[in-house]
Amino acid sequence: MDIKEIIKPENLVHKRTPLMTDANLSYCPGCGHGTVHHLIMEVVEELDIQQDTIGIAPVGCSVLAYDFMDIDMTQAAHGRAPAVATGIKRLWPEKYVFTYQGDGDLAAIGTAETIHACNRGENIAIFFINNGIYGMTGGQMAPTTLEGMKSSTTPYGRDYKTMGHPIKITELVAQLPGTSFVTRQAVHKPGNVRKTKKAIRKAFEVQKEKMGVAFIEIVSNCNSGWKMTPNDSNKWMEENMFPFYPLGDIKVEGKIVKDLMKDLV
Amino acid sequence: MAKMRGAIVVDTERCKGCEVCLVNCPSDTIGMSKEVNGKGYHYAFMKDPESCTGCANCAIVCPDGVITVYRVKA
Ligand code: SF4
Ligand code: SF4
Repeated sequence: MDIKEIIKPENLVHKRTPLMTDANLSYCPGCGHGTVHHLIMEVVEELDIQQDTIGIAPVGCSVLAYDFMDIDMTQAAHGRAPAVATGIKRLWPEKYVFTYQGDGDLAAIGTAETIHACNRGENIAIFFINNGIYGMTGGQMAPTTLEGMKSSTTPYGRDYKTMGHPIKITELVAQLPGTSFVTRQAVHKPGNVRKTKKAIRKAFEVQKEKMGVAFIEIVSNCNSGWKMTPNDSNKWMEENMFPFYPLGDIKVEGKIVKDLMKDLV
Repeated sequence: MAKMRGAIVVDTERCKGCEVCLVNCPSDTIGMSKEVNGKGYHYAFMKDPESCTGCANCAIVCPDGVITVYRVKA
């Protein structure tokens, strides 16, 4: 069969969602941010809520998310996206409101906003991209940097004696009464992409039921910051990030579904 | 079971040559071009078009969303 016979509109199985703008993504080649952007916009398209969805971009690599997602968006001061989301959602309770944040933004500078929005049980979704590093500013240590992990400010590896331990903020917020759905996923392989998309869809669905915060962590790569090729960084992520940040649902319909103590150390 | 034949179309000017699609193709269909695009990247292409099943694995892992996938029963 000739390729020309296959490439016809009636045989289409996957195309870029029109909810992503034509702007070129500012992310490095192979960065998981782009994959997550596409998934969120695919879900918004499938749920047909483009007119009713408001996103809040963070400070960090994804600061320009409002240029890429064709929905109403604003951008918050560093770490304050959950506070801005709270205000927007309370003014427009029928809108779907989400924040999109990295680990430096959400788990360092915005720790207070993250914890308190989750504790208050705001009806918002938080999409949290954890690549264990401050990507945009040059690969400095973040609260999520693994023990022993090299970064531009920990050239000999993170030593918890002087630099503290990496923080599992997702397990922390799962224990707050205001979170309804808490999960950790990845987007480096097709199976993971499919699971993440399901989680994103669920995050919008629980928002409709006003059950509190849906918190979706996506463990992702920062190949530039980690100084690896994209595929090597994804492999490194599987071998090093996943044992410490295990994938899977942590809280479903307001109930913790995994043994949190088991993963603590 | 009917065999599936697929084909991908890569928006070569948007491709960043990251090769994430390449390692996630179960049929080893994808290669990287010798030429570079306007950004200087070696873009993805079907080096073995016969082998594509149209599974769309490449397209869903592409961070830049540059792959369109078609599929027919052969
Ligand atoms: S559609 Fe599937 S078989 Fe075809 S190139 Fe993409 S990953 Fe490979
Ligand atoms: S995953 Fe996308 S951007 Fe990366 S090489 Fe393949 S087509 Fe190009």
